[in-house]
This record gives sequence, structure tokens and C-alpha cells, in this order.
Amino acid sequence: MSKFLQSRLGAWTGFAAAAIGLFAVAPLIMSGFRLGLFAQFICYAIVAVGIGLAWGRGGMLTLGQGVYFGMGAYLMAMHLKMADAEFRNGPGAVPDFMELAGVRELPAYWVPFASPAFTVAAILVLPTAVAVLLGLAVFKRRVKGAYFAILSQALAGAFAIFLIGQQTLGGFNGLSYFRYFFGFAINDPVNQQMLYFIAAGVLLAVVAVSLQLRRSRYGELLVAVRDSEERVRFLGYDSANIKVVAYAVAALFASVAGALFVPVVGIISPASIGIVPSIMFILGVAIGGRGTLLGPVIGALAVAWAQTTLSEQFPSAWTYAQGLLFVVVIALLPGGISSIPALARRIRVKNRPEPVEATA
Amino acid sequence: MDLIVGQLFTGLSTGSILLLAALGLSLTFGQMGVINMAHGEFIMAGCYTAYVVQQAVGDAGVSLLIALPLGFAVGGAMGLVLETLLIRHLYHRPLDTLLVTFGVGLILQQVARDVFGAPAVNVTVPEFLRGGVDLLGTTVPKTRLFIMALAVVAVAAVTLVLRLTPAGRRIRAVVGNRDLAETAGISSRTVDAGTFFIGSGLAGVAGVALTLIGSTSPTTGQSYLVDAFLVVVAGGLGRIKGAVVAAVALGTLQAVFETYSTASLAKVGVFIVIVVFLQLRPQGLFTLRTRSLA
Repeated sequence: MSKFLQSRLGAWTGFAAAAIGLFAVAPLIMSGFRLGLFAQFICYAIVAVGIGLAWGRGGMLTLGQGVYFGMGAYLMAMHLKMADAEFRNGPGAVPDFMELAGVRELPAYWVPFASPAFTVAAILVLPTAVAVLLGLAVFKRRVKGAYFAILSQALAGAFAIFLIGQQTLGGFNGLSYFRYFFGFAINDPVNQQMLYFIAAGVLLAVVAVSLQLRRSRYGELLVAVRDSEERVRFLGYDSANIKVVAYAVAALFASVAGALFVPVVGIISPASIGIVPSIMFILGVAIGGRGTLLGPVIGALAVAWAQTTLSEQFPSAWTYAQGLLFVVVIALLPGGISSIPALARRIRVKNRPEPVEATA
Repeated sequence: MDLIVGQLFTGLSTGSILLLAALGLSLTFGQMGVINMAHGEFIMAGCYTAYVVQQAVGDAGVSLLIALPLGFAVGGAMGLVLETLLIRHLYHRPLDTLLVTFGVGLILQQVARDVFGAPAVNVTVPEFLRGGVDLLGTTVPKTRLFIMALAVVAVAAVTLVLRLTPAGRRIRAVVGNRDLAETAGISSRTVDAGTFFIGSGLAGVAGVALTLIGSTSPTTGQSYLVDAFLVVVAGGLGRIKGAVVAAVALGTLQAVFETYSTASLAKVGVFIVIVVFLQLRPQGLFTLRTRSLA
């Protein structure tokens, strides 16, 4: 069975099954409200795939994915607010929240976001470029491990505080109340389903990209850098470049997820991208199995589902559960739930222990 | 002139707070390579210790004097438990330790929320620390001076312990080269536990001191943690000297940035400065020359 899953045919079968599940079965069995929630979970899962690549395969614990998620989200939100203002008051109008704050003149950096093409390009390019620059700055100087983790976390903290201070980006409240998504009314159930389909499609695409990267020579190198960076460098590779690519891809995934998150959920604020939300992205990846392809997806979906179902009824118990999950899963089950079958097999066979994946 | 003195003072004051928070981290991070994300919650525990003691004792001055050593004991004990139960077993997985201790921090925050409630609580400042002192033309709050003095005392105490006592010598030996130290008959486990006790105890002291200048809520510690880590990273691992210089530098930088722009831009500015600084000195301000190969 596992051999089949690792084969090329197995991958295609898996994708076909996932596509049928996401596109045909899910809309049938879920109400519109639940489908919207599911779309939101999928956004987290897209971030998780990127973290799985950077952390699980590359050994870079990025505690700041909220930054890229937030960039994508704010860029998209700016466009949606512009479109909204244009619909109400004609081209060049000031978005409603600025009107309330007494801003009469549209800030210059908002102007290009009236264009959908510019917005999409910005969502794809800007966070990736930031990640490449930061990655080069950090990895070229061989800042790694715990240092990198702390820097990425500090970046998330600084970014959230920066956004809170920006009144023309909604400040503490962030941006909310969007009516149109590229011309489609967001509150129309048909369009909400369309948003879900887009999110599901993006998830499949992101997983496919991740799979290709894992199977390529590059993927081998990435794992090699994770396990023994010195040795890779001695073999003549520039390990910094290898890491930057994975980091930038993870940033791109997070940005796209953020851009989808905004129309699906209808609000983005600094509270959902700061230090704590950024580290929470990690939890699902750890639970699902950081080094595996689908573990992060399943883990992120499960955590998001548990969060929405449990946190409202038992807010206190859910925080304890989150804390305990971090402790128990990472201390005792570093391979996540994906490693349970292998562990069970090992206990049954009582053979020589095989190396547990991704404990870096 | 007044402006410069004022800024310098603000910088020193912010820096000494950062230093108190970072000193313990520098010890544990430097020695064991362990990132303790629950360190912030130990600070928070120190804050609540001050609060509880004051509720019990009543008199603000006496309670502060009791709370300082008690905060050290509370923080230290929590650190010792954490080290024994979890961190010791994750020794070769520093990044995993970070995440596990983050989970512990989440739990501790929620405990504080359930015990003391989510709203912030306040500790009364003792009579002899109220008001200000005129210093070089600016008025300086006494509480800030007290925290600066406390930071100086803490640094001096840690330095003396590390330099002069047998326990300090063992700590330095383990930092320098763990394997060699073990070969020489030092129990690195005992030393680790001791270091963690001292480092976490310093967090408790920092917490008690923080109640003098702000209110205490379950997330108090978290807000200081990242800045404290940046101090440790910029200062260089395991170097008390580095932590002192980096804390004062970052504090001053923050104060200067805040004068010329907003507090939110100041954070970003400080972050950029640190990234650029790490370009020049990836190992931090002062590097520890060790005989280990890592």
C-alpha cells in the first residue's frame, strides 16, 4: 500500500480522489455556512503546506508566516476596499473606513490597488520578494536554527505592531466589510461556493507543487541541508540558496492563502497575523507530521476545526488543549500522527530502530 | 541638551527592563542552547507573586522587599520543574524545545487567567519610590531608578557567581565544552538544573520589578519575551557583557526611534537594525570562544 502511494500512479490517484472529495462530495454534504468555514480552514492548510516544506523538509522553523499571510491578506483587502469605494462613489473614491476617520484624500500607495491585475501581481510578487531578500540576508550569513526562529518571530511581532500604527490600513481594527470580489457579490451563496472552489483548487495546486519539489533533485538537497548543512556545503552547493527557495515558496503559499482568507472570512486585522497566530500555524503542521506531504494539510484542517468547534464552548479548556498538544505532540511524537503507523510497525517488528523523520 | 539627557535616560531605563528580562534568558540560552518560550510566563509569575504578596501583607514597602526574593524562588522553582520534566529530555532538539516551551507558556497564561482573571491587576508602588528625582535637568521617576539599580545589582550578582563561586566555575566549564567538563567529573545535569533555576529566578525578579511601572495581566510576560530574545541574539550567546550592551543599545535605539517617528515604526526600525547588525556580526556582539566544534 505505501509503495503504491509513493508511486507516480499513486500520486495521481490520490489527487483524483482528493479532487472528487473537495469538489463533488464536500459541497453536497455541507451547508453553505459549513462550506465557508471549510474554505477558511483550507486557507490555513495552504499556509501549512508551505511550513511543511520550509520546516519539515528544510529544517527552518519559521515562526513568522503570519507576516506573509498578512501581506497577501492586506493586499487583497486593499483591492476589495477600493473596488467597494469605486462601486459606491466612482473611481478614485476613498474607502468607507477612511471616510469615517476623516481622511478625504486617498493615500498614494492605495491608488494602484484599484487594478485587479496589479493586486494579483502584488500578492504573488511582493511577499516572495521580501522573503527572498530576508532569506538571503539571514541565510547567507549562516544565521540558522534558533536564531532564525527568533528573528522570524520578531518579524511577525514587528509587522503586527507596524500595522496597528497604520491608520490608513485600518489600524487595530484592520480591514473588513467587503462586498465585491472581482465584481462578484460576496454575500451571494453561489459566489461563496465559488470562493470555496477556488480555495480547494489552490490547495490542490499547492500540494502538487510541494510534491514536485519534494521529488526533484532540489527536494533531496533541501533534506540534505536540513540534516547536515555543513556536508552539503563541503560538496560544493550553496546551502543558503537552497534554503532561500524553500523559504520563499512557503512565503508565496502563505501570501496566496491570506489573499483567499480575506474574501472568505471578510476581515483581516493585526490580531490574526501577529506572533501568536504565526506560531499557531505551526501546531497543525506538527500534529499532522512536519516532514510528510499531507500531514500538514490534515493537521491544519483538524486544528482549525477543533478551534472553531471547541473554542467558543470551552475557551479556557481549548487553550489548555492547545498548550498540551504542543507539549505532547512535539515532545513525544515529533513525527506527528503520520508517524504512528511507522512507530507501530517498529514496535511490532522490534527490529533495529529506523531513523525517525525530521527531528531537526 | 535636556532632550539628549532625557532620551539617554529613557534608553537606559528601557534597556534595564530589557536587561532584567534578558539576563536569565542569556544564561539558559547561552549555556544549554535552549530557547525557553515560557520565560515570559516566569516573568508574569513574578508579577503575580508581587501582587499576591501585597494582597497578603498590605504594606507596599514591606511587600516589595518580600516579593523580590520570593519572586526569584517562584520563578526558579517553575524553571526547575520545567527543566526536569521536559527540557532535559529534549536536549538535542533545540527547535522542538522552543515549541514545547511555547505550549507550556500557553498553559501558564491560561492558569493565570483562570486564577487571577483576564483583566490587568495593579500593585501599589511603595511610598519611598513615588515621585521623581531631578537629575541633570530632567525629572526621573524613582521607580525607574530603582529598576536600573536592580538591573545593575542583578548583573553584578550573576557575574560574581559565575566568576568566583565553584558552581559558577562549573557553569562556565559546561558552557565552554560540555563533553570535556563531563570528563572532568562535572555533572552537567546538575549544572543545567542549577543554571535553569538561576535564569528562571531572574525572570521572577524581573516580573516583580515590572509591577512598579505597569499593570499585570496574563500576557504581560509575552510582550517582553521577543525583545528579550533579540537582546540575547544581538549580544551574543552566553555573554553577560553582550546582554548588557545589547540591552542598553536596543533600549536607546527604541527611545530615539520613538522620538523621531511613532512607536510602531520604532519596532520595525529596531528589527531592521538587528538584521543588518547580524550581517556584520552573525555571532552577536561578543562571541564566546569555546573549544567545542559546533
